[in-house]
Amino acid sequence: METEINIQEGDFVAFQKTGKGLNIILSGQWIINNLPPIEKKLKKIHGLSPDIHKVNLDVSGISLIDTAGMILFIQTRLALKKKGIIVKVTRPNDEFLRMFNLIEGFKKGETLPAWQQKHIFLELFEALGRHSHEVYEGITLFFDFVGRTFYAFLQDLLHLSFRVKETTALIQKTGFTALPIIAITTFLIGIVIAFQSAFQLKQYGANIFIVEIVTIAMTRELSPIITSIVIAGRSGSSFTAQLGAMKITEELDAMSVMGFDIFRFLVLPRTIALVITLPLLIFFGDVIGIFGGMTVAKLQLGVTPASFIERLRDVFPMRHFYAGLIKGPFFAVTIATIGCFRGLQVTRDTESIGRQTTISVVNSIFMVIIIDALFSIIFTEIGI
Amino acid sequence: MKKAIIQVENLVTRFGDNVIHDGINIKVNEGEIYGILGKSGSGKTTLLREMIMLQEPAEGKIEIFGHNLHTLNPENLQALRRQWGILFQFGALFTSLTVAENIAVKLKEYTHISDSLIKDIIAIKLKMVGLELKTAAMYPSELSGGMVKRAAIARALAMDPKLLFLDEPTSGLDPISAEKFDDLIIQLKNLLGLTIVMVTHDIDTIFTIVDRIAVLGDKKVLAEGPIDDVAKSDHPFIREFFGGNRGSMRRRYGK
Repeated sequence: METEINIQEGDFVAFQKTGKGLNIILSGQWIINNLPPIEKKLKKIHGLSPDIHKVNLDVSGISLIDTAGMILFIQTRLALKKKGIIVKVTRPNDEFLRMFNLIEGFKKGETLPAWQQKHIFLELFEALGRHSHEVYEGITLFFDFVGRTFYAFLQDLLHLSFRVKETTALIQKTGFTALPIIAITTFLIGIVIAFQSAFQLKQYGANIFIVEIVTIAMTRELSPIITSIVIAGRSGSSFTAQLGAMKITEELDAMSVMGFDIFRFLVLPRTIALVITLPLLIFFGDVIGIFGGMTVAKLQLGVTPASFIERLRDVFPMRHFYAGLIKGPFFAVTIATIGCFRGLQVTRDTESIGRQTTISVVNSIFMVIIIDALFSIIFTEIGI
Repeated sequence: MKKAIIQVENLVTRFGDNVIHDGINIKVNEGEIYGILGKSGSGKTTLLREMIMLQEPAEGKIEIFGHNLHTLNPENLQALRRQWGILFQFGALFTSLTVAENIAVKLKEYTHISDSLIKDIIAIKLKMVGLELKTAAMYPSELSGGMVKRAAIARALAMDPKLLFLDEPTSGLDPISAEKFDDLIIQLKNLLGLTIVMVTHDIDTIFTIVDRIAVLGDKKVLAEGPIDDVAKSDHPFIREFFGGNRGSMRRRYGK
């Protein structure tokens, strides 16, 4: 490979004093891989003594020069000229001249502006302004999106023409295939809750109260929240990535040109699918979570499954169960709407898919928790 | 006898049961502009991708600069990769970088030259491909299709490669820009001793700048050689291609 790479440690630049002037002898292969040492050697010209008024650049020794090499040569020549030195270039060969003319031809006219550094405060204010505007714009766009989705929903309702096939496929994708992960997480949460309480309960000999602790906590708060967070990470992100990729590949444009309303064809099926599956998954989580608690109750507290269930039937008020379940559709709409909205926010660069997916998941988890807090206040106020 | 830069021998490519190439032999000489021609689906781009190691052929040998791509060790492959520039059909610019950063990416990774030199190189390359300097700060998503192509050419030329692969370089450019691009290619070839391999359908490009071509068809090379010789061939596809309105005009009035 050595012959191809051409990194040679030659004397690319040699300085020669001649009376009042200076002879700079340039030689070797002035190609891009050799330029770092050449640049380093040429730095000497900045420290030339002021009594040198004439410089002769002897280029006859340059055996090969590429565009980068020529650009460096021209830079050097200009730097010398700027110091008020008369520069003469001697003995260029044909190849050198042709390359020189090529680059000089392109050199004319404007130059690239320096990459200027802004003042730190200016930058701060600019960032602040830009961000505020982005947030404002994001909110308006989001309301626009929600409005359009709702309009599409009304249209479907009016004509009773829901996209059943897509929706059922999405129910399978977001619901059925999520069962294992929901089972594992809620089972573990049930176990953890029971474990943590078991120790305290044992101290008071109130072992049987494990039933209330596990069932109420699971059905009312834990299962809805945990399930929603898992679904936000699992389905919300996939909605964003999918719609975002479709936007980049111009599939969305193709659809709208064919007259397929993307809100009817893409957004609504996803929203409806989640509205149906999330409450079901929450119920599933309730059952598995309670089962986890029951396991610990048997092993740690000696409460048999039979007495656990009997107690459950006696003391468990169904309102807790309904309170947890009713949150499902709200969480579902939040997750699906944010997921799809963020997908449509993807721009033509690939990085934005990643960015929007992250924002989508963060936003929907955050919103799920806020809505949960709101529900908790409302339920307390109306005494559920 | 000129030195061969690329030598492809008995190349076979299969996608599953679908045979794309069945014994391809071509040779690209140093300092020439070599065109690969063929119908859509004849495996032109696949052949190109195999030469730049994006795809592995099922059988056969590809030699570039005298090195067998199949047996070269990773270190040398890496060194080989620095010596060629590639223009993808749709530019393939990095969308998260500005045009200037796209052009500078190899310069910054592989060389230790100063920022001021890099800046000048970017400016010259932009002007070479006919882009205004204000595009330097723009992102690929803000450019038109033709501008993306030019920026991608500027990026391919950044390191002054000895070997340039172009996948449909002039498609998507207006005729004037296409002609200017052809001129640029010739100029660079003469100045830098570039060897250029291009896949193209542009009949003007083929007649103006291409030295030798290979016509792919029926999984084989139908003809290889200087353009005038190949145009005389009486294979139906070649006759059709050069005998069409645009082709025959060119032949009648010469280059």
